[in-house]
Amino acid sequence: MLDAIEAILGVPAPLLFGQLLLGLINGAFYAMLSLGLAVIFGLLNIINFTHGAQFMMGAFAAWMLLAWAGLGYWWALLLSPLIVGFSGIILEKLFISRLYKLDHLYGLLLTLGLGLIIEGVFRNEFGSSGLPYRIPAELSGAWDLGFMFMPIYRGWVVVAALFFCIATWLIIEKTRLGAYLRAATERAELVQAFGINVPRMITLTYGAGVALAAVAGVLAAPIYSVNPQMGSNLIIVVFAVVVIGGMGSILGSIITGFGLGIVEGLTKVYYPEASATVIFVIMAIVLLARPAGLFGRA
Amino acid sequence: MASETTLTAIPTGVVGKQAPGIWGFNGSQLIALLLLVAAVGAAPFFLYPVFVMKLLCFALFACAFNLLIGYVGLMSFGHAAYFGMGGYVAGHAAKVMGLTPEISIIAGGLIGAALGLVGGWLAIRRQGIYFAMITMALAQMVYFFCVQAPFTGGEDGIQAIPRGKLFGVIPLDNDMSMYWVVAVVFLCGFMAIHRVIHSPFGQVMKAIRENEPRTTSLGYRTDDYKLVAFILSCGLAGVAGATKTLVFGIATLTDVHFSMSGEVVLMTLVGGLGTIFGPVIGAAVVIGMQNYLAEMGAWVTVIQGVIFVACVLAFRRGIVGEIGNLFKVKL
Repeated sequence: MLDAIEAILGVPAPLLFGQLLLGLINGAFYAMLSLGLAVIFGLLNIINFTHGAQFMMGAFAAWMLLAWAGLGYWWALLLSPLIVGFSGIILEKLFISRLYKLDHLYGLLLTLGLGLIIEGVFRNEFGSSGLPYRIPAELSGAWDLGFMFMPIYRGWVVVAALFFCIATWLIIEKTRLGAYLRAATERAELVQAFGINVPRMITLTYGAGVALAAVAGVLAAPIYSVNPQMGSNLIIVVFAVVVIGGMGSILGSIITGFGLGIVEGLTKVYYPEASATVIFVIMAIVLLARPAGLFGRA
Repeated sequence: MASETTLTAIPTGVVGKQAPGIWGFNGSQLIALLLLVAAVGAAPFFLYPVFVMKLLCFALFACAFNLLIGYVGLMSFGHAAYFGMGGYVAGHAAKVMGLTPEISIIAGGLIGAALGLVGGWLAIRRQGIYFAMITMALAQMVYFFCVQAPFTGGEDGIQAIPRGKLFGVIPLDNDMSMYWVVAVVFLCGFMAIHRVIHSPFGQVMKAIRENEPRTTSLGYRTDDYKLVAFILSCGLAGVAGATKTLVFGIATLTDVHFSMSGEVVLMTLVGGLGTIFGPVIGAAVVIGMQNYLAEMGAWVTVIQGVIFVACVLAFRRGIVGEIGNLFKVKL
């Protein structure tokens, strides 16, 4: 059976499935980060360049909770998004909220600057070599699936990311809060006229988008080493993912994120030289064929 | 009454625009230009020439970037790709192919323009924030290409690039001889950008910046104008990168990295978006700061971030823009 699969695929099955799993994990991070960007962009009309730094802060918060307070992974999964989300709310109140009347460009530049500050401070404090974060005991070890060994933690990351993505989608599409959010995305003044506190909603939305990045950071902490650059390397790829998917649809962001992760994993198997660039190539092709993005509205 | 005022307003406005000055410079700009030329001429006698050369290369890079953001309203977040590739190609031409410096610099400019053609052709399909993200992603692709491609030397870069002999005759190993070449390249690039801005083509560029749908409705193919502006900007960025490579004799990944794209944005923002002299001043501030704060390590990143935030929140006109506003002149 396995031999037959290998004959068809032309590569050893463990290699293929291993890379597919890695691709799924990367895709999980792409999906969560692009989802947060899309939610923030929808309401605030800014691209949150600080997103990568906030992903990194999520991972660092987990590390600090363990090293300084002795609180383990599960506490981190709860507390880190709250802490980082709260820091996002402060940033929004202090800085970002001053820019809504200006050109979108300034939001981009401001959040880029904030990202530089955060990354620089962490690099000063912790160096750039990276800190280890243990896989929690409940999730360590691996399952023998017959065709491959699956580290339990990696499976957990995919499942957890899917859970958070779908939960976000359900909140936005199926709840009253989400309906307000979608309405404010379309016509903020009108929603305000109905007596809903739109500025507060904007602030909380930013906090929520940032918290989602922090969740991704906690999930990433045991897989990648916790280091100040972990976000900035990822965020440019996530921007390409956002361009490919278009920011019009929440579900579209999720599908694009996971799909591109898988494509990247497959490229690592069949043509490793292109694995770093394949997403950008896909972006170029999508721009030629469908400039608004796969799920975007023109 | 209203129509009367508009009727009288339009001719004076047109006459005001056409009042030529010299080469399209108004009086205050002419003074600033003379000061700039004098500063470029005098600087190597007061400052370390290699430092001034670095500054001039980045000033040209920032001016090229400003051509897009300041005059067409296109925010490129990937200009390092064109700057860095210009450097790599010039380094390869000078070291491996043994070409003369002027040919190497032209080769760097051409590769910048060629990449700009491809990048611009893709990026102008989207506007605003998407444009910024696309240019950034394309630049990251160029970065990964440079990490892997054999001719760039990967992590080591291209090292020990000879400055060679200008026109095959004048050796440039002496810093002062090299300096005058860089000064001429910078001033030519600066004047070229000024000329473009004040050409009929430049007027259409500015019209696109102000109101693209209206420019389209006036019958201009705005995409073509944007693409040509993008190519021009990238070509000049390539020239700047090539010149810098010859000055330092080295081409590395630093120049194609995203942080370089961020730095050129910072220079232009600090100096003043959409001012002719702003990017030069901005480059001087940012490069000078890096030079004097070099031993502070990652704090330089933090300070750059703080400057970004301060500029955006309180200082959107930039240094030159604020000076111009103070004296009610256009610089």
